[in-house]
Amino acid sequence: MRRSSPRMTIRYRGINAYMCGMRPQDILMPVPAGLCCKPGGFHIDPVRPVERALITHGHSDHARPGHGAVLATQETLDMMRLRYGENFAGSVQGVAYGEEIRLGDVTVSFHPAGHVLGSAQVSVTCKDTRIVASGDYKDARDPTCAPFELVPCDVFITEATFGLPVFRHGDAAGEVNKLLASAKLFPERAHLVGAYSLGKAQRVIALLREAGYDAPIYLHGAMEKITYYYQERGIALGELRPVRGMKKAELAGTITLAPPSATSDVWTRRFPDPVTAFASGWMRVRARARQGGVELPLVISDHADWDGLTATIVATGAGEIWVTHGQEDALVHWCKTKGLAARPLDLVGYGDEDEGETAATGDAPPDGEAKA
Amino acid sequence: MNRFAELLDRLAYEPGRNNKIKLLVGYFRETEDPDRGYALAALTGALSFKHAKPGLIRDLITERADPVLFSYSYDYVGDLSETVALMWPKAELPPGHNNPPPPTLTDVVTTLRTLGKAELPAQLARWLDELDETGRWALLKLVTGAMRIGISARLAKTAAAALGDKDPHEIELMWPGLSPPYLDLFAWLEGRGDKPVNSDPTPFRPVMLAHAIEDADFANLDAADFSAEWKWDGIRVQAVAGRDARGHIQARLYSRTGEDITGSFPDLVPSLHLPGAIDGELLVLRDGRVQTFNVLQQRLNRKVVSPKLIKEFPIHLRAYDLLGDDENDLRELPFTERRAHLEAFVAKLSDPRIDLSPTVPFASWEQLAAARADPKSAGAGDDADAVEGVMLKRRDAPYLPGRPKGPWWKWKRDPHIIDAVLMYAQRGHGKRSSYYSDYTFGVWTRGEAGGDELVPVGKAYFGFTDEELLQIDRFVRRNTTEKFGPVRHVVHEPDQGLVLEVAFEGLQRSPRHKSGVAMRFPRISRLRWDKPPREADRLETLERMLISMTGS
Repeated sequence: MRRSSPRMTIRYRGINAYMCGMRPQDILMPVPAGLCCKPGGFHIDPVRPVERALITHGHSDHARPGHGAVLATQETLDMMRLRYGENFAGSVQGVAYGEEIRLGDVTVSFHPAGHVLGSAQVSVTCKDTRIVASGDYKDARDPTCAPFELVPCDVFITEATFGLPVFRHGDAAGEVNKLLASAKLFPERAHLVGAYSLGKAQRVIALLREAGYDAPIYLHGAMEKITYYYQERGIALGELRPVRGMKKAELAGTITLAPPSATSDVWTRRFPDPVTAFASGWMRVRARARQGGVELPLVISDHADWDGLTATIVATGAGEIWVTHGQEDALVHWCKTKGLAARPLDLVGYGDEDEGETAATGDAPPDGEAKA
Repeated sequence: MNRFAELLDRLAYEPGRNNKIKLLVGYFRETEDPDRGYALAALTGALSFKHAKPGLIRDLITERADPVLFSYSYDYVGDLSETVALMWPKAELPPGHNNPPPPTLTDVVTTLRTLGKAELPAQLARWLDELDETGRWALLKLVTGAMRIGISARLAKTAAAALGDKDPHEIELMWPGLSPPYLDLFAWLEGRGDKPVNSDPTPFRPVMLAHAIEDADFANLDAADFSAEWKWDGIRVQAVAGRDARGHIQARLYSRTGEDITGSFPDLVPSLHLPGAIDGELLVLRDGRVQTFNVLQQRLNRKVVSPKLIKEFPIHLRAYDLLGDDENDLRELPFTERRAHLEAFVAKLSDPRIDLSPTVPFASWEQLAAARADPKSAGAGDDADAVEGVMLKRRDAPYLPGRPKGPWWKWKRDPHIIDAVLMYAQRGHGKRSSYYSDYTFGVWTRGEAGGDELVPVGKAYFGFTDEELLQIDRFVRRNTTEKFGPVRHVVHEPDQGLVLEVAFEGLQRSPRHKSGVAMRFPRISRLRWDKPPREADRLETLERMLISMTGS
């Protein structure tokens, strides 16, 4: 385990943390299974089966099956059930945003992370020290989930998926307008939008509706369950239709949402001369977009961009920042230039959403149609 | 600038030619003068200003961003202009700033024309402050002169023509007489003005091309109707000379697509001293002998032509046809009459760098087949190696633009063929993006460990039928042993794998390839499902072919 350097000895809320014998790394520390809270007897988003797990959100690299007890928001629990079946954990407990729960020597609470429906930051308080594990988060507007809530804390654990200053996502509505302009320019072609099936797809649909697009939107088989779940939770997505069984000619001028892996699959042969779009923060970088054979990159992300990460870090008031999955080095460097103690947290098993999605055991090829 | 940037951005990702044209037409329709004219100029390479050096761009960003963060970012993005465009900090507006609109393309182009070198960094920084990410990217691509978005000048002109439902050839014809921002051109295209008159003394004339002849075609053709000549393995050009307003001779050399390539061949210009337009083949001649295409290649795509290059690779024009003789347009005349004009014209030029492509006499298709099989004894002599085949031209045919079926045929020599083993497959682009359609193939050679192993010798992505593509795609998917990103490693063992018959036009030595040889125009000519990989060809076979082709 990495030990923190002497210069990281700092004062928490006026009390020297050492005086009460509790350093932040005694409260939460990275272990092979994930982020472990010894005094509370649980792990956050463990990558291996554990006795008690706190899950921040439903993406498959964070929410895995096989734990003894799971504490998460109701939406996250529902999504895990959709993906892994009824028996995905020994026992489950739903928690509301803001509700405080005592676990061992610590108090935990869940706060909106703005990442996807039901996503939460987990606040862990032990004596006078509060650590917030943000999970994945974004501070940008999203009509399909509760907005990110700022939780002041002593130690902030931030993701760094887009932790380079080249990542600035801009306005998602503008990106959706790009898609609509293309659909207007090429009415004889189908538009195929690659988007992760949990969160991104529903956000793109909601943004299309906000932009005034009221035609039916088509779904790849892998999108259906989770998207209908969003609708059940009261998120207005307009008329949705499965693309399955549609004739090629009928798909001219339509928009279809599909998992990214499907957009270069034999599955696409059912569409008339498809324009391949991909909604992702990675689309900001051309080489990355071209690599995937994307013709219409849409910069729409579930994660905070560079400006979002740095603004959030400052706003939490935390004196110490732990940085995980993504471009840790650059963000740690930035924190240090701002006089904040910072270190990378060596957690493994969390990819960006790319890997998360393809590794998802629950996202089996839809209806056998992904593989020919 | 932002509208132009959006266009470039979209074009950079669009693989389909027709879709690119559609995007361009949409832009030309919606964008006002003179912006769209400068865009057309940028896309056709018709803008001229001093380009900014990468060092200048790097200096601008290091003044504004943490150098460590810049280097992490540059490592990740891999392109300087793009990195800077993305990480350029939001400008802090000074008090009283009235938030001016971002610069238009016209602002940028006209400012750059007159801007002094010392003023460039500050001006660039101001523009970068005012533009969004895509706008900054396009600006930096424009000012560094490195657009590289897969648009040829020809394609941009074709799109402009489509705006007014005109034939692109018409634009090619008038193009040399036009200049940015092309107000007269757009007025004509939109039906608001007269057709611009080409006052250019050396216009390009759209080229006539031939169809490949098939065995079955001969049954319907009468040998007496045709004239034959060698098809030389050089590059097809049009050499045009004319008198400018002051009566001086101007000369230009065009590629068959109408790109002006005069700058690469200054040594040919003095030879074009009579007004006229020659359709011919550009070759390198040493001591009167035609060199192979490999040798000619040293002269192609050169921006700077050194005296040494000119001396070592002496350029030559072999004339096939005459399209204009002084003021007279000869294109409507039958081939035999044009040929008579050409012979007289070449004789009058009397220049060692320009000669006549000889005709090949024949009375029957059998005689011509024999000549094609053995050009050396049929008149090509020592130059036989530079003969690609024969051209057939109807004696009564006028010179028509494009590739009309019937008047001209090309009858190439049989290509070289080897059997190679499929090693790797990669997804195609555009319509083919769901198919594994790019194939790397190899032949056997003695490995370092002593046993035989396959060494890649080339890549091919055409030659097969749609049905064959489906078959190979299926084979690739079922026989993948490893995946590296978009590339699949396909099984290639002595007894397991797919043998591809590969046809190609030539070979040359290449230190860049592990095998040491590179093929010209490789394509898949047949799938050899019947052949086990162990029976595929060996590298030694290619080595022997190489020696017989180049003598080295």
